[in-house]
Amino acid sequence: MTQQVEQIGRTREEMAKRLAQDIPNGSYVNLGIGIPELVARFVPDGRTLIYHTENGLLGMGPSPEAGEGDPELINAGKRRVTANPGAAFFHHADSFSMIRGGHIDLCVLGAMQISQYGDLANWSTGAPDAIPAVGGAMDLCAGVKSVYVITQHTTKHGEPKLVEKCTYPLTGVGVITRVYTDLAVIDVTPDGFKLIELSPGVDFDYVQQRTGAQLILNDA
Amino acid sequence: MINKQVSSPAEALADVFDGAVVMVSGFGEAGSPIELIHALIDQGAKDLTVVSNNCGSGEVGLAALLKAGRVRKVVCSFPRTANSTVFPDLYHSGKIELELVPQGTLAERIRAGGAGIPAFFTPAAVGTPLAEGKESREFDGKTYLMERGLKADFALIKGKTADTHGNVIFNKTARNFGPIMAMGSSTAIVQVEDVVEPGQIDPEIVVSPGIFVDRVVQVARPAHESELVAAGVSYP
Repeated sequence: MTQQVEQIGRTREEMAKRLAQDIPNGSYVNLGIGIPELVARFVPDGRTLIYHTENGLLGMGPSPEAGEGDPELINAGKRRVTANPGAAFFHHADSFSMIRGGHIDLCVLGAMQISQYGDLANWSTGAPDAIPAVGGAMDLCAGVKSVYVITQHTTKHGEPKLVEKCTYPLTGVGVITRVYTDLAVIDVTPDGFKLIELSPGVDFDYVQQRTGAQLILNDA
Repeated sequence: MINKQVSSPAEALADVFDGAVVMVSGFGEAGSPIELIHALIDQGAKDLTVVSNNCGSGEVGLAALLKAGRVRKVVCSFPRTANSTVFPDLYHSGKIELELVPQGTLAERIRAGGAGIPAFFTPAAVGTPLAEGKESREFDGKTYLMERGLKADFALIKGKTADTHGNVIFNKTARNFGPIMAMGSSTAIVQVEDVVEPGQIDPEIVVSPGIFVDRVVQVARPAHESELVAAGVSYP
């Protein structure tokens, strides 16, 4: 067997670009740390999205040039950002009222595991020597109208991230409705994981082999 | 005449006692009242419980207070961040207790504490390990967890400008926990770059009304945690 050197499926940027196509104009959106942050770069022309960052800013703009900006104008990942025209600052109780109160339309999070029931694990492996840290992920899962996951389909060690049942400590129960990976776009339905779309050059069996639960073909 | 201005961080913190519960504002370095925290290290109070979103970075500010061995317990949502080694070391060696709280629950507990609400129900963390041991209840077919309001003896807060009545405005995302910690503490101490006379802050833009603020101290050019860490500063 020849060694696989070329990229299979979508890059991180292509995953982010694919997800960005599905966000309706005018949405209030919270982006998590990592690949979710890339989504903001790929919003299609003609759409205006308002980004919420839970540390207290609506109308977050892109990061400034290195060395520029204000150390007190940061995002949830503690990176310096800018404030777009029409932005607003607020304190944490207001920020999480927006989240928990169902005012944010969409949240995009990273994941360690997603179950076929829509459970998410993304804050701890449960290892005894890990420092537990949860941040706002549980509040986002509990209150945002739609919670999408964007993640590599498998771990660095090739283990499936989409599984029948999460083995890591949960962040939220039954909250994920859609998953964007390097290999596919998958909906979480009452019947389980439903394949919506394969990435270019990827076939069903390839994705199924790397998924820890049964994939349902989209018959639509 | 009301004048809440005190002359120095040391004077502002003189009565912090051993065993006190102390709220500390900030999300990462934004809004972290470094000069007040350093003055608290100098003051010497120990066996403290600290309520804060993070646990500091490097060996300055909150991390320096922890390193000095003054803190028995932290109530926190995200205790590890880039360049944080002090908390992980203390945690691994069993020298500090951690109460891990989802960030929004932490904020609401502080707000509730200041608003006279002893407990409330939230959907966050239902079905997760952080729900263990907590009372739950169904409302309209959905499960919620009971969380208690949080109160502190003192709050250390970083603002931008205050008047001598204690009305405060903040800088950008440094506002974060400041206004609710002012509400949730018996004695709220705010460091600001400028202290002005009453009437010089437009009442329409006051963020923390003076009734929540007890002491105001001027720190004209506050340090930024990332710059101190980059320079290798270790306090004291």
